[in-house]
Amino acid sequence: MASPAVKVIGTFDSPYSHRAEAALRLKGVPYEPILEDLRNKSELLLTHNPIHKKVPVLLHGNDRSIPESLVIVEYVDETFPGPTLLPADPLARATARFWARFIDDKCTKPFWLALWTEGEVQEKFIKETKENLKLLEGQLKGKRFFGGESIGYLDVAASGYAYWLDVLEEVAGVSLVAADEYPDLCRWGKDYVSDDRVKACLPEREKLVAYFMEVKGVFMTTARSMAAK
Amino acid sequence: MADEVILLDFWVSPFGQRCRIALLEKGISYEYSEQSLAQKSDLLLRSNPIHKKIPVLLHAGRPICESLIILEYIDETWSDKSPLLPFDNPYARSCARFWADYVDKKLFDSQTRLWKLKAGEADHEQAKRDMVETLQTLEKELGEKDYFGGDVFGFLDVVIVPFVAWFYAYERFGGFSVEEVCPRLVAWAKRCRERESVSKTISDPEKVYEFALYLKDKFGAK
Repeated sequence: MASPAVKVIGTFDSPYSHRAEAALRLKGVPYEPILEDLRNKSELLLTHNPIHKKVPVLLHGNDRSIPESLVIVEYVDETFPGPTLLPADPLARATARFWARFIDDKCTKPFWLALWTEGEVQEKFIKETKENLKLLEGQLKGKRFFGGESIGYLDVAASGYAYWLDVLEEVAGVSLVAADEYPDLCRWGKDYVSDDRVKACLPEREKLVAYFMEVKGVFMTTARSMAAK
Repeated sequence: MADEVILLDFWVSPFGQRCRIALLEKGISYEYSEQSLAQKSDLLLRSNPIHKKIPVLLHAGRPICESLIILEYIDETWSDKSPLLPFDNPYARSCARFWADYVDKKLFDSQTRLWKLKAGEADHEQAKRDMVETLQTLEKELGEKDYFGGDVFGFLDVVIVPFVAWFYAYERFGGFSVEEVCPRLVAWAKRCRERESVSKTISDPEKVYEFALYLKDKFGAK
């Protein structure tokens, strides 16, 4: 009997959608990507993520919908066979979860504002972002990946900084992470994106750059009001 | 002692109380260490240098931070007794995690704006609407079940129950009746209070309200 179908509602440019797809590909789970237009949200998205109305959402069979990218990654890890993304040891698991939350709760906003604000306000967020990324880099501790020899949960959680980082730096005209300042993080980023399973669900660089160029103005406007809060 | 468990906490913190309830449910002996938030101890700053916040669980000297992460650590480390998350049901586990994340994003934020902002102002009215919406959403998620996880008290109940001590404060600051907005949630709260781990842990609602008044006086909008 065929196993229940897996689908991912996402957008091509979202690093959060990538987390969901990367987890599935690392586990060797076939899935159907469903591209969403966030300016015109579909019935499918609104039905399966009525609370937040955001991507990604994982659909598994007819009756399971899971929103929130980090929740999706853990669900995929626990549901499907294959090498685990989270380590077995409870302390190591807690540490990986802590740093994934650090990325989402502490890094994301200053990172975004470091890109799209200007002047003194921008300087402040650039400083904060550089400090955050130094802390994150520290978790590599000479390992190839955050997960050790192979890609794990925290690598997937941090994937935005492996691929989206230099695209956004290029579009914004800001340098946050230079190879000589962040040797481990840069090496990790290259290793992450060169994995075949990861490559298969990364958006094409030119398309991503073109899209961000198109919406840059919107990013800068919303960043100004975010920074004011 | 090698396996010593210490909890760095603050008496009225709903996040700390989650950890206390979990430790009680699992029958784990631990040392409770009340922390000053105004003058943070060296131990707290060393144990949680990133966020400098409570709760922090120290197990054999190693710190685990963030209440939801602490709950999963407790569940995984002392897995032989009273599971908080159903160990054989990944979908139920992800639902619990999703809703725990919702509570941390929405409930605490609405609660803070309720005491912080000035009554009568537009942003306070919005805080009240957001709180009512959050409570109604949780009410809907609970549905007809005895507990959020189903028949058995579990992870999501532990995550939400410390906030029931704040219902009285919501009513005083928001000028609405929690029982009218979410009667099933109120019944669930009463059911949870019958558990020793909960009744021994969650704060007295009057004391919570007094504490919120103190916060309002110190940090509230003038």
